Amino acid sequence: MFGWLVYRDLILAWRRRADVLATVFFFIIVTSLFPLGIGPERELLRSIAPGVVWVAALLASMLSLGRIFGNDYQDGTLEQLVLTPQPTYLVVLAKVLAHWIVSEIPLVVIAPVLGLQFGLSQNTLLTVMISLLLGTPVLSVIGSIGAALTLGLRAANVLVALLVLPLYIPVLIFGSGAVQATVTGTSPQAWLLLLAATLIVSLVFAPWATSAALKISVE
Amino acid sequence: MSNRKINWYKYAAPANFYPLAGKMIPLFAVPSAILFILGMYVGFFVAPTDFQQGESYRILFIHVPAAWVGMFLYVMMAIYAGIGWAFNARLASMMAQAISTTGAIFTFISLVTGSLWGRPAWGVWWVWDARLTSTLILMFLYIGFISLQSSIDDVRRADRAGAVLALVGVINVPIIYFSVQWWNSLHQGATISKNSFKMAPSMATAMFLLLGACWLYSIAVVLARVRYIIREREQEAPWMAEAVA
Amino acid sequence: MLEAINLSCVRGTRRLFKDLNFTVERGELIELRGPNGSGKTSLLRILCGLATPAAGDVLWDGENIRSLAENYSAAVAYLGHQNAVKDELTAMENLKISSGVSGHSLSTAEAQEVLAKVGLTQQQNLPARVLSAGQRRRLGMTRLLRSNATLWILDEVLTSLDSAAMDLSREFITEHMKNGGAAIVATHQDLNINAPSVKRLQLT
Repeated sequence: MFGWLVYRDLILAWRRRADVLATVFFFIIVTSLFPLGIGPERELLRSIAPGVVWVAALLASMLSLGRIFGNDYQDGTLEQLVLTPQPTYLVVLAKVLAHWIVSEIPLVVIAPVLGLQFGLSQNTLLTVMISLLLGTPVLSVIGSIGAALTLGLRAANVLVALLVLPLYIPVLIFGSGAVQATVTGTSPQAWLLLLAATLIVSLVFAPWATSAALKISVE
Repeated sequence: MSNRKINWYKYAAPANFYPLAGKMIPLFAVPSAILFILGMYVGFFVAPTDFQQGESYRILFIHVPAAWVGMFLYVMMAIYAGIGWAFNARLASMMAQAISTTGAIFTFISLVTGSLWGRPAWGVWWVWDARLTSTLILMFLYIGFISLQSSIDDVRRADRAGAVLALVGVINVPIIYFSVQWWNSLHQGATISKNSFKMAPSMATAMFLLLGACWLYSIAVVLARVRYIIREREQEAPWMAEAVA
Repeated sequence: MLEAINLSCVRGTRRLFKDLNFTVERGELIELRGPNGSGKTSLLRILCGLATPAAGDVLWDGENIRSLAENYSAAVAYLGHQNAVKDELTAMENLKISSGVSGHSLSTAEAQEVLAKVGLTQQQNLPARVLSAGQRRRLGMTRLLRSNATLWILDEVLTSLDSAAMDLSREFITEHMKNGGAAIVATHQDLNINAPSVKRLQLT
């Protein structure tokens, strides 16, 4: 069941790949706006880069949250998924995994290139990637709670931002903290460990909340 | 047989709670007003002027109780919402909805007073210190809860979706609080701590009096608000016609 | 087998039905009738476990379906207003993937057989986007054929089907009854199905 569901979501994403690309371009454009708004001074850019990259990643991944359940909700597939003879928890995990592969991995891959715009060193770029790799699954899984709660509502996209962004704050702090630490020449290890802990805790608890939310929204 | 035992289940029905709440409101509102006057008196006339911050520190008599009550109400809201969801208890969900507005208002008051206090203390209207930042995030959580509930038309779904969000929020509050604390300790900006002055006993008295006032006030207002919500939701129930008449 | 006890349902401030009691046994067909807005769909969704009733319980072999959870889902197939068909996938992919997701994957040959039964052999490699409403409905019906659910819960199955397809779905339901299954069907028209026992449930 799990494998089939992930496989299905990957195929669907491939056939609608324009949507996925839009998220990546959004990420690129948002990060590129900051130097234009702030000025090309290298030192300044280098010091704001960790925050900029992470905030842009947060916004980009939030933009794609509607896709986790939205289409399935509209065509009735979601109720069938809730009715499958497996726990809804697994359905949620499969969909979150697919969302992460489709919408977050591209961000992780493209982030170092954007980091070059800000004059980050190689060492720092590595931290950017690792921190995103640990942090983005948290964004997917916590975001899925908001996505499930707002299914079928008016202005669901804005609402999802209001619900989810405050919950993203610890990830933002730990993730950009790790990058900042590398920029200033200290070890990012503590931050990365915190990110990993957040990842584990949210992977255990958040799918449970999401499946409760799905059942409420499908009813 | 035992008349002394209160039947709690009876009062869990909105029809029975509605008149009871009406009777209870003055029991909390009057003491709240008394404590407020007492607290204000002690705060302005008894408590001494702080040698470092002068008179401006007195805003903390409002700021601190508002912050505490705002945070406490979020937890209460989550508990009520959770009970309403788990046991399908309508009244508990209505309580959660009533608390959310009051809690958001207290959090807002605490933000505004914090900012007003910051002006003389730090020379700027806003400082990203850990406590002010956490309060701001708490405000965001309240806004999320209120806007989620108000954008769902079906009352039952609104209650239950709100419950999931409130419970997720309440689990997150300590994590957020911790992360903000950590973030703040690493990016040291303003170094003047609000706690740098010694609190005279009369200052503590004023603060606790006002804390009591805020707390009793929230109970009274929540009861009044829950009566409105009951009236709105149960307008078609037969008992409502009698109660209003 | 299935037992509804004192079910009641509230939508907004409106009470759709109250104290509804009935049972469904193997080989039994329940025709659910009632005007629009009388709560047919709500009842079906309560029975399959998607919705919770305002009051009352649904029992499956004596156990509450809420405590059975996924174990109950395995015994039930639900076909609602929506077909749960993915536009971007072909008919074949739709069938194979949705079977896999619900836990019994089909080989290509088996899938072809199922598609032949609903008359979609020629369309099997077309994306569902280009299928007609009736063809999509047929594709949705394949969910019933490949599941081994005992209880079918069907909401307006006959809508947007031509007469050939209507006959086809009657045939499926009859066959299902013969094999000891049961079905609850919400409908506006007479089903004309020969089942060992047909009950009619009228909502007002």
